[in-house]
Amino acid sequence: MLELDTVTAGYDRRAPVFRGASLTVAPGESVGLLGPSGCGKSTLARVAALLHRPDAGRFVLDGTEVTAWRHRAPRELRTAVGVVFQQPRTAADPRLTLADLLVEPLRATGRRAEAAARLAELAPAVGLTPDLLGRRAHEVSDGQLQRACLGRALALRPRWLICDEMTAMLDASTTAALVAAVETYREETGAGLLAVGHDRVLLRRWCDRTVEWKDCLPAEEGP
Amino acid sequence: MADPRTHRLRLWSSALVVGVVLLAVLVVPPLVQLDEQAVDLSRKLLPPSWEHPFGTDDLGRDLLLRCVYGLRISLLVGLVAALVATVVGTAVGAAAGALGGWTDRTLMRLVDTFSSVPHLLLGIFVVALFRPGVWPVIASVAVTHWLSTARIVRSEVLSLRTRPFVEAAISGGATRWRVAVRHLLPAVLPQAGLAAVLMVPHAMWHESALSFLGLGLPSHQASLGNLVQNARSSLLAGYGWPTLFPGLLLIVPTLALAGLAGVWRDRLNPRRRSELML
Repeated sequence: MLELDTVTAGYDRRAPVFRGASLTVAPGESVGLLGPSGCGKSTLARVAALLHRPDAGRFVLDGTEVTAWRHRAPRELRTAVGVVFQQPRTAADPRLTLADLLVEPLRATGRRAEAAARLAELAPAVGLTPDLLGRRAHEVSDGQLQRACLGRALALRPRWLICDEMTAMLDASTTAALVAAVETYREETGAGLLAVGHDRVLLRRWCDRTVEWKDCLPAEEGP
Repeated sequence: MADPRTHRLRLWSSALVVGVVLLAVLVVPPLVQLDEQAVDLSRKLLPPSWEHPFGTDDLGRDLLLRCVYGLRISLLVGLVAALVATVVGTAVGAAAGALGGWTDRTLMRLVDTFSSVPHLLLGIFVVALFRPGVWPVIASVAVTHWLSTARIVRSEVLSLRTRPFVEAAISGGATRWRVAVRHLLPAVLPQAGLAAVLMVPHAMWHESALSFLGLGLPSHQASLGNLVQNARSSLLAGYGWPTLFPGLLLIVPTLALAGLAGVWRDRLNPRRRSELML
């Protein structure tokens, strides 16, 4: 279970981005978080991805409370959550090839030996052809780069996936391909999903339920 | 703003000067096998001629040969000091920026403390601790020159560490050490390299200043600073060339290295790259 209970978070303690936000995602469930720009969706997603520490409230991930941590959240919990960011250009290290990008989490966690086999699974799963794997970020399109960023998020087989406006920069066909790749992964592993975005039609079609951000908090729930 | 033709001209002219200087200091001394310290009072203060293109000094020593040897020592001091200062500055700046918190505060106060002492005074203090020689001068220049690199690298790391690609690495289980070594350091190395190239001429000038004050290399050893210092009395007596040629050899490589650094800086900037059609 991914459970945010009356969480307050922001970048200035005196003026938090949101106060008292609550959201729950059950294992295997997909939740779409909708809301206007600047309302705090991405900050909530960063809290859920263990990249931003909440100022108050409780965050419980798979039964472990991870509300208070100092420099980094514990590694085993960080790696349980895969994150895909909105802008692939800033989310990909420009010095790495797409192949290195895909298996970087395996190398970072000491599972170098598995890298080649996992690369062979991941690249077709996210629609990357072998000729693209040797290229760097500036040599591929936004869509191809976002496919690699999705592959990186899936590399460690996370139990949770956070997609922060993953398809905002992409055309309809790439959006459909990425959503299909996420759903295939979820069918195989039973991972939970929190998809953040503006596209009401897409999120309502993609997710089991959607949560609408109202009055500075995630409130109204839809089908 | 420089157009592509000016950019190319600056690149090739700077590279040519640096190439000639490197060729001269690497090839001439082992090739000619002459003693640059050989005194011949019968030939003192001869003006430039075919036999002595840079003339001779007040002890009859060939100035071209002494200038080549002096340039070699000054370049060695400049290069090694810049390398040491860049490695130290990059390590300190990267540690401060990547670790943050009390490590950052402590390291930056250390930088502030070193910066608050005038560089020349600090340099004099360092050389005064040792017997005269090349290594004390290198240590003196390195101690006073790592500060700017540390500041540059720290600010670069601070701007990089909140970028999504770094957050993606953290999310993917990377330790702080791995984030620093795999993602942050490679991103700041071009800037650190540029700072190192710009530091070489500065370090050469620092060595020359110390030698000119009689605190650098032993006075008999040819370095550009010692050559200018030794030529002071000749200049007052109306002989200009013993000062002119070492002075030019200090200025021209400085301009060439600054030109190469400028070309490098242009190539690091994507907007300038597209303006220059590189």
